[in-house]
Amino acid sequence: MSETARSQGLARIEAVAGRGMITLKGDMDSRRFKNVLAKALDLPLPDPLRCAFEGARGIGWMAPDEVLIFVPGAEVPEALAALRDKIGDDHITAVDVSDARAQFRLTGPGAREVLAKLSPVDFAPARFVPGTFRRTRLAQVPVAVWQKDADRFGLVCFRSVGGYVAGLLANAAAPGAEVGYFTAGG
Amino acid sequence: MLRLTCPCCGAAADETELAPGGEAHLLRQGPGSSDDAFEAYLFQRKNPYGVHFERWRHAHGCGKWFHAARDTRTLEVFGTYSAQVSAPPQDILDRIAEKHPGFSSEGGQ
Repeated sequence: MSETARSQGLARIEAVAGRGMITLKGDMDSRRFKNVLAKALDLPLPDPLRCAFEGARGIGWMAPDEVLIFVPGAEVPEALAALRDKIGDDHITAVDVSDARAQFRLTGPGAREVLAKLSPVDFAPARFVPGTFRRTRLAQVPVAVWQKDADRFGLVCFRSVGGYVAGLLANAAAPGAEVGYFTAGG
Repeated sequence: MLRLTCPCCGAAADETELAPGGEAHLLRQGPGSSDDAFEAYLFQRKNPYGVHFERWRHAHGCGKWFHAARDTRTLEVFGTYSAQVSAPPQDILDRIAEKHPGFSSEGGQ
């Protein structure tokens, strides 16, 4: 992957290459769904609008019937095989979507403001807390954004609009573009 | 700016995250219905200056359809509720009745 978008102004923005992503769809209220996650990948089912990360692996809540699983790119075939083995004949689908999406990492005290400029979501520090995972709109395209810890945010979008998103983020984080809304006690 | 809380994922969604689906609780008219009923089903919509029941889709979020009850005059939102119902739930109607005594959702077309 050639995207090496990198910018440093309000926040450090990096395109993350080589991350594996698997979409798991099914009836999340069923015990089977939780079992598949737990037994195949030892991952918990996150609460709505939440995510959980452990090292390089993680899971985010996408919709009432969908989660997005993050694994290192090289582990995708193995993870997919483990999931499908546990799914068996159940009506749960697991698909490798690594190549369908571009991923970005935003770090630094200004990262929250960069995202808040581009999205209608309430990014107030009391509302968008570590572990929050939210699908929303970034300017004109759909994205999923989450907070990992105090100054670290992650973002995925469709790869086809990856260049657009990289440009948006770089522009919103340009030196001198700070608004200071959150640091001013907002 | 309109903000609706999606009952499927619980997120407070801005209007720009949502796709409008028009009037809610339409009764489908198909083969066997009269021409007038079919025309009304296809084309004729309420356009009230007041309480309105609508369909919305959380297009940029969880992707699910839901219903919303709001006042087109004041933009007050009475609530959002599941898409899998054919009439507004009682708690929504109660909230509407507080502001609009005597309101009836039975108006039809």
